Amino acid sequence: MADTAVDVQHAEHHGHADHHHGPQGLLKYVWSTDHKIIAMQYLFTGMFMAVIGGYMAYVFRMQLAFPGISVPGFGQVSPGEYNSLVTNHGSIMIFWVAMPVLIAAFGNYLIPLMIGADDMVFPRINRLSYQIFLVSAILLLASMFVQGGGFGGAWTAYPPLSAVAEYNQTALGSSMWLVAVALEFVAFLLGGINFITTLMNSRAPGMKAYDIPIVCWMIVIASILFMLSVGPLIAGAVMLLFDQVLGTGFYDPARGGDPILWQHLFWFFGHPEVYVVLLPAIGMTIDVIATFSRKKIFGYKLVLYTTVATGVLSFFVWAHHQFIAGIDPRMANVFTITTLLISVPIAEMLFVIIATLYGGSIRLTTPMLWALAFVAEFLIGGVTGIFLGASGADIYFHDTYFVLAHFHYTFFPIAIIGSFIGFTYWFPKMFGRMMNDTLGKIHFWGTVIPFNFIFIPLFVLGIGGQHRRIYNYQHFPELAGPEMYQLRVIATISLLVMLSFQLVFFYNCITSWISGEKAGKNPWKANTLEWTTESPPPHGNWPADDMPNVYRGAYEYGHPDREEDYWPQNQPS
Amino acid sequence: MANAKPLATLRSATGIPTGRLAVWWVLASEVVIFGGLLGAYLMHRLGHPEWAEAAAHTNTWVGAFNTFVLLSSSFTAVLAHQAAEKGNGKEAAKLLGFTILGALTFLIVKSGEWTYEIMHGYTITANNFWSFYYTAAGLHALHVIAGAIIMGFVAVDAYRGRELHRVELIGIYWHFVDVVWIFLFPLLYIAK
Repeated sequence: MADTAVDVQHAEHHGHADHHHGPQGLLKYVWSTDHKIIAMQYLFTGMFMAVIGGYMAYVFRMQLAFPGISVPGFGQVSPGEYNSLVTNHGSIMIFWVAMPVLIAAFGNYLIPLMIGADDMVFPRINRLSYQIFLVSAILLLASMFVQGGGFGGAWTAYPPLSAVAEYNQTALGSSMWLVAVALEFVAFLLGGINFITTLMNSRAPGMKAYDIPIVCWMIVIASILFMLSVGPLIAGAVMLLFDQVLGTGFYDPARGGDPILWQHLFWFFGHPEVYVVLLPAIGMTIDVIATFSRKKIFGYKLVLYTTVATGVLSFFVWAHHQFIAGIDPRMANVFTITTLLISVPIAEMLFVIIATLYGGSIRLTTPMLWALAFVAEFLIGGVTGIFLGASGADIYFHDTYFVLAHFHYTFFPIAIIGSFIGFTYWFPKMFGRMMNDTLGKIHFWGTVIPFNFIFIPLFVLGIGGQHRRIYNYQHFPELAGPEMYQLRVIATISLLVMLSFQLVFFYNCITSWISGEKAGKNPWKANTLEWTTESPPPHGNWPADDMPNVYRGAYEYGHPDREEDYWPQNQPS
Repeated sequence: MANAKPLATLRSATGIPTGRLAVWWVLASEVVIFGGLLGAYLMHRLGHPEWAEAAAHTNTWVGAFNTFVLLSSSFTAVLAHQAAEKGNGKEAAKLLGFTILGALTFLIVKSGEWTYEIMHGYTITANNFWSFYYTAAGLHALHVIAGAIIMGFVAVDAYRGRELHRVELIGIYWHFVDVVWIFLFPLLYIAK
């Protein structure tokens, strides 16, 4: 973790020595309150969980394409294991990959550096947040090895399947899964309060609201969305846990409860959650696009206002997940309209990105490629969402692979491409060395091309009527024809190709970290404050007597009065 | 380690002290937790008029006594804040002690009440009214316990004249715990 560099820097800056007298050695990294080290903890935990989530996808995709084979590295997949694998793949990728990497890792790393502060406002709460998160991750992984196996009732955990042990057959696994998710929520509530207060109160002198880099705004708005949407689900999770463990009947219609109540509580959180992870990814995209187009963002305030509009609207779309759950058709109309409306602000953001590119002096570095891929792939995800948001079409598409392909076209750009945008762009700052650009581009193409070959066949299969959550399609003659199996095999082979290209990424990370070219303070010639300190930044980020002041917005590229085409925020005019 | 506060904690770009700002955000997240639970309860209650029969078995007088205890404990929390503003840490600690006593009284009364109800067969699984009753009041009681423990730490610090601004913060939290109960009391006890 670039420890030597941090120590060297630290030794030079006695100004911050007063709050760095903690445990030494390895414990320093486990027990640190430094926001950068906590960010690394989140980042590496998230990457580790991503590998596990990818492995799960590999196992169940093999089962779907070649039913009944003994999957190399796993063995034969039983129906219960299949359910548990898809459930935990979904839970992990959203709660233990997208959230920790996009919000917690980049939020922790970037917010204090980008606003010119030395740390988060509550460093010890920050550490507690990671520790709770780690416990939740361990609990989730452990739940797959208890008696009866891991929970298999889908990441949405609809009762009665999730509530009644006779139905799901995983009494202990279900409760562990639920507690793990609840703990993860607590971790992000603690982290979110930190992000929000830090951005509100700890900005460098001179940094006004419109001087804040977009990505910081996005992470904080996402934290607010999370905080305001997760509460009902926490209450709902307590009720579900009581149904599981104590035998209450909150979701049992026979005893006066209501299973749809869970769907409302879940999706009231679940839909804003999409925007919780989308906003940081789109924020990083916008920052990277501005830097590598050498151009001011086209419409900074527009982006900010549309983000707020997205946030508000996202609380009024949740029932589009429940069109066939028996809700009143008049309600379905209302939610169709709000759902189609929410594509407007998102489309506006994509237009802002395209307008920023127009006439820019574009540099196709690896992070820029990832950012452009985000726009292209997310667009497909967004456009296919229109089909599902319209209640008439959704009656046919609901619970088919069309839905699955749609949300992977949104979540893959968000969680995977978004993480790679951030990782490749800030790697020089985090580790002090440049990543190998050629290997980076090989990895880029080796990820993005197979990604499309995985999910375009699944769109076709979904339109052809292939339902989700089915262990073996051979049991359904109308879904077992050779043309459908060919598409399944294409998707699975593409997944294998994509997963194997991730080895290039890990190889690139390790070799660049050890022997990459030294990055210097500002390798991308970017404006924001994190590029004005050393790479990697020392403890306290800047010398205590030389904290940055801010004189202008974050995107002054190509200013006509200047020889250089960038203008760091901390340089006096 | 790290007891020296980072510069970030001391800055205040909004003019609101960081601690107070954070407590308000904590409360915002708590409001939606209780809001979700009580919203679900209200929807069910409206759909099940027969729950009134179960609700008739709750003891309004015990609930009213507990309401009185919590409100009084909030009053001493306000007095503690006043004392802390004047820099009188010992007085603030004493008044916070009274608030903690109020919390303990509340919890003792509540456990007596619950024991009585459970012995008469009104357990959490008796029917969905009782499920909501124990879940909502239990979640609230957890907040009372957590608040009392934190208040203990704040009081010890205040007694030694340290971190006096925290007296106000725990007070804000305590008022919130109070307000939640003000919602629970009519919903669970009075509405028959």
